[in-house]
Amino acid sequence: MVVPEGCDPIIEVRDLKVNFYTYAGVVKAIDGVTFTICRGETYCLVGETGCGKSVTSKALTRLIQPPGRIEGGEIYYYPEPGKRVDILKLSEKELRRIRGSEITYVYQDPSAALDPLYTIGYQVAETMKAHGLVSRIKEGVRRAVDILRTVAMPDPEVRVRSYPHELSGGMKQRSVIGMAIANRPKLLIADEPTTALDVTIQAQIMDLLLELKRKTGMTLLLITHNLGLVAEYCDRAAVMYAGRIVEEAPVRELFKNPLHPYTQALLKAVPNPLARMDKLESIPGSVPDLIRPPRGCRFHPRCPLRMDVCSRERPPEVLRGRGHRVACWLYTDEGGVAGG
Amino acid sequence: MVEALALDPRRLIRGEEPLVYTIDLKKYFPVKGLIFTKGYVKAVDGVTIAVPRGKTLGLVGESGSGKTTLGRVILRLEEPTSGKIFFDGRDVLKFKGEELRRFRRRAQIIFQDPYGSLNPRMTVFDLIMEPVRVHKIRVGDPQEFVARLLEKVGLNETHMFRYPHEFSGGQRQRIAIARVLALNPEFIVLDEPTSALDVSVQAQILNLLKDLQRERGLTYLFISHDLGVVRYMSDYIAVMYLGKIVEMGPAEEVFEKPLHPYTQALLSAIPVPDPEVASRRKRMRLQGEPPSPLNPPRGCRFRTRCPLAFSKCTEEPPLEEVERNHWVACWAVSGS
Ligand SMILES: Nc1ncnc2c1ncn2[C@@H]1O[C@H](COP(=O)(O)OP(=O)(O)OP(=O)(O)O)[C@@H](O)[C@H]1O
Ligand SMILES: Nc1ncnc2c1ncn2[C@@H]1O[C@H](COP(=O)(O)OP(=O)(O)OP(=O)(O)O)[C@@H](O)[C@H]1O
Ligand SMILES: [Mg+2]
Ligand SMILES: [Mg+2]
Repeated sequence: MVVPEGCDPIIEVRDLKVNFYTYAGVVKAIDGVTFTICRGETYCLVGETGCGKSVTSKALTRLIQPPGRIEGGEIYYYPEPGKRVDILKLSEKELRRIRGSEITYVYQDPSAALDPLYTIGYQVAETMKAHGLVSRIKEGVRRAVDILRTVAMPDPEVRVRSYPHELSGGMKQRSVIGMAIANRPKLLIADEPTTALDVTIQAQIMDLLLELKRKTGMTLLLITHNLGLVAEYCDRAAVMYAGRIVEEAPVRELFKNPLHPYTQALLKAVPNPLARMDKLESIPGSVPDLIRPPRGCRFHPRCPLRMDVCSRERPPEVLRGRGHRVACWLYTDEGGVAGG
Repeated sequence: MVEALALDPRRLIRGEEPLVYTIDLKKYFPVKGLIFTKGYVKAVDGVTIAVPRGKTLGLVGESGSGKTTLGRVILRLEEPTSGKIFFDGRDVLKFKGEELRRFRRRAQIIFQDPYGSLNPRMTVFDLIMEPVRVHKIRVGDPQEFVARLLEKVGLNETHMFRYPHEFSGGQRQRIAIARVLALNPEFIVLDEPTSALDVSVQAQILNLLKDLQRERGLTYLFISHDLGVVRYMSDYIAVMYLGKIVEMGPAEEVFEKPLHPYTQALLSAIPVPDPEVASRRKRMRLQGEPPSPLNPPRGCRFRTRCPLAFSKCTEEPPLEEVERNHWVACWAVSGS
């Protein structure tokens, strides 16, 4: 395990495996994922469509629905330092207490998270009441004004009485974030929270999340496919490919010194708006089918540096420098180029 | 507005010959109330632009700013409310019969969603040959013709008799491109062609589009809200806000020296994939959200979110050339 010095873990995931049992076959969606999130940091899971970011984040509170099943591994949650909760052993009732109050989620599509029939104020109040923060809805609605103010909603006194369809995309996402922070969560999981929004609104929402994090000391797990967001807003990041973490490092290190051929290729494939680029490098092929994933390293069919061993055996995780780990044969003694 | 009419699109980009240009183009959509029309969405409101032959004009702006509508009106997929469109020196709105048909072959569009634009019950071969037959283009041996096109876009003949659902998103976009290339067009509107694709696949498609442009001298109107992609693809940039062009100029210049406060805000809001740069650069954050297009502010439409707004901004700012080929519509920039 690699964790930064002085890390006080809030989440520990070890060798997580999740399968989906579909008619076409077993989708090996998460295949041995290990990581630790430290209290107070912004940790990021980044990768392309289908690599397993959302499934991993849902597994943290056992939100995986059939035909999916957690098939192995361990997940620990530390509500406070030294107090360990084994998520996979909790009863459904205990889990529900944690979900929605201590660990909350914000998803990409705010409309799906809001009930069109109720006002924003009512919905915020309802979340608070469900977790015992207020005893009556009326009191909750009063508190909702403050919460909407916290998420920088314009005219909060008016907006508590608005229905979702009366709000813009950005305002809806503010309301959803309001509901997610109403109970002062310890961990907020934001799964592509700004993907549906325009860049100027995205910037407002991301600034808001960091501001809330600074004020309340909560931990943020940010899930995104946008390397720009990783660079601007995260402390550490894990790059996922086809159900595995291929590399993890502090963000500056990751961008300055990417080790995995996939990370290297990905960084060269993103057009940078602030720099002139004469040629984007593309990665040949496309992501593999997870019913019949490639043997060995799942990236090997697309890898420019593949060796014989890559198609035979899964690469071990190698530690390279502070908090920087990579799963690639190039960096093992067997692999060659790396050495010391 | 007198100023708007005075703007000659052929002088927008000096040193280049426009293949396509518009003059004061407008497209208003009626919004229906219960009985009467409640008002109009001015989706495109007096746009004068020029797309130089063999080059790419990138069109950027937030959701709802009118990019798609402008592209569709230029191709006459939608009739404009007023204004003019010229293609290869001729008035597009006057095209009829054979001439219109020829225009429909020479000017094409590729959409964001390759799923929606390909008939799921047709094989790749039929998908490519259908428009060829409609336009009565002679191609020699059809199978050889399709095979050559597939190769051109990075697929091969083994794909010829398969159906769209058997392909990945990136492959489907390649099929859509092959289909358009079959007609040998000169002008292509690319409406968010890679927004549905992963970055690794996006790079493949963008490079393919660039190669095709070089080989065939194609002219592109490239629509996207991803400024990184637009910078990579474009020779010139036009920035749209609520139906109007607020800034237009050579791509490098607009990115390095944006002049309109909206362009500046847009550029400073995009997250850059480089933590060193990210931590250093100064940020400019816009307050609030774009106003409703049904009821836009009078004068400059950006003034309600603009950090530089002053009294003059209640009047409409004209597009003015601030530097060679670099046009801005802002009172704070061009003086009052
Ligand atoms: N209900 C399901 N049935 C079958 N397979 C599923 C299901 N949900 C997820 N998967 C599979 O699990 C894998 C991981 O999916 P996940 O949603 O975590 O991807 P993601 O990284 O969040 O992608 P995106 O960026 O598109 O949101 C994918 O291959 C997906 O096809
Ligand atoms: N057929 C239509 N009827 C009524 N209003 C329309 C129609 N098509 C577009 N609009 C409106 O015109 C405005 C411009 O829309 P358009 O789709 O051109 O924007 P866009 O810049 O392409 O946005 P996006 O980035 O979301 O694709 C919007 O307010 C939209 O709601
Ligand atoms: Mg997801
Ligand atoms: Mg559009």
